[in-house]
Amino acid sequence: MINITVLINYWDLYFEGIRNTIAASLLALAGSFALGTLVAVMRIAPVRPLNWAGAAYVEFFRNIPLLLVVYSFYFGLPALGIVPNEFISGTLGLMVYTSAYIAEAIRAGILSVPGGQTEAARSSGLTYTQTMRYVVLPQAIKIVIPPICNQFLNLVKNSSILGVIAGLDLMYFGDLVNAETYDTVSTYAFVAIFYLFLTIPLSFASRALERRLARSG
Amino acid sequence: MNKMKRLPLLVLAALLVMLAAAGCGASNNPGGDADAGGDGSANGGEGGGQTEAGANALEAIKERGKVVVGVKFDTKLFGLKDPGTGEVEGFDVDIAKAIAKKLTGDEANVELKEVTSKTRIPMLNNGEIDMIIATMTITEERKKEVDFSDVYFNAGQSLLVKKGSPIRSIADVTKDTQVLGVKGATSIKNIEDRVEGLRVKQYENYQEAFTALRAGQGEVLTTDNAILYGMAQQDSNYEVVGDIFTDEPYGIAIKKGEAELVQAVNDILSELKSNGEYDAIYEKWIGEKPPAE
Repeated sequence: MINITVLINYWDLYFEGIRNTIAASLLALAGSFALGTLVAVMRIAPVRPLNWAGAAYVEFFRNIPLLLVVYSFYFGLPALGIVPNEFISGTLGLMVYTSAYIAEAIRAGILSVPGGQTEAARSSGLTYTQTMRYVVLPQAIKIVIPPICNQFLNLVKNSSILGVIAGLDLMYFGDLVNAETYDTVSTYAFVAIFYLFLTIPLSFASRALERRLARSG
Repeated sequence: MNKMKRLPLLVLAALLVMLAAAGCGASNNPGGDADAGGDGSANGGEGGGQTEAGANALEAIKERGKVVVGVKFDTKLFGLKDPGTGEVEGFDVDIAKAIAKKLTGDEANVELKEVTSKTRIPMLNNGEIDMIIATMTITEERKKEVDFSDVYFNAGQSLLVKKGSPIRSIADVTKDTQVLGVKGATSIKNIEDRVEGLRVKQYENYQEAFTALRAGQGEVLTTDNAILYGMAQQDSNYEVVGDIFTDEPYGIAIKKGEAELVQAVNDILSELKSNGEYDAIYEKWIGEKPPAE
């Protein structure tokens, strides 16, 4: 049923796709973590307008389809005179979309540290920043790691959105191979296997990380 | 006592399972039955056609005073049903009307039936329609199943560019040109074979590919000229350039063995071409004069 010749004949396309999927995922991962942390900080900072801006960001990007986010970069930015290529539009879209989820995970983690701890830290003379840095964040990070790892897994899978805008990722080349071979089952079986190659190790790594953090706690 | 109590429950459960199974069967059926239903009505059509058996198709049309033509209802410029008025309009439709006028004396004597690429040959061969005028490319393969009139539209692969683009024909396309197309289309292979090293950016459908072109994400969109002309009319900043570089001529398909009807249609086509009616229809839909032959 699964025809290995599909893989052999189109290996170069699969390989190029995997490379670009990894690149897009890594870039979006780093970017969304930084952006998500920033937005989370905005949401809990003791400055009202920042709270609002952070909330608006999260609610906006979390509540529209990823496809639409990617379209707005790919088709929308050119209207403003900036023409990002397929790869950049797709990666930016992924980054922005995922960062909204990550911001929520981080915010929830920070809020889950009991308020009494902050009060105790503040009353023993620590500043707001110090309280965050030495008391709240070290505890929050343990709570936050599992949901963030989940988001990264989703991000790798969601990177298939690049295929829709000719982003040269694994899914895009999967579509092209399918169009040439008409062997749909084999073509996409190999695509699935390659995604698993990327996501399963990530899945195991996140579990190992969780265990280690649990011990050190 | 206990068992007695349980029995109705068991029966009920059994009934539910059966119902669910029947439900599944029923929900599966429409898909599978659609074809059968199509065949059923097709057979009815054949029955109707057979009453006219004996006389040839051309005489049958004249006797009944009406031409039944299969056209597309979903194809821009050629045969498209206007959801507002319910009218089917397009190049193919106008050709059908012109033929009806010549055969029966009035262009109103045309009955348009919706066909798709899949249904048109079966519908023609079982007598539901007299002819197919539905963006149908003349191929050797199809000639085995139906007869074709002369070419009435020279379709083929072409290029759509923004007005003022330095690309004027396929000769200007290099391997570094950003060419857009649709995944799985034969037009991709055609142009990649023609321009060595070219990689076409491929999208899910034509609307998306055109959106990408309009967003400046590419320089050229390539596919059949019939589709490109439709896009050019959607946005007048874009134009179809260069000659077609593949040949996919459209013909009118007629049931095999009806030489008289084929001859009559060919005579009408050449008359339309010589008296300018064809050019008028062409310009009305395609937006430019037909290329010189």
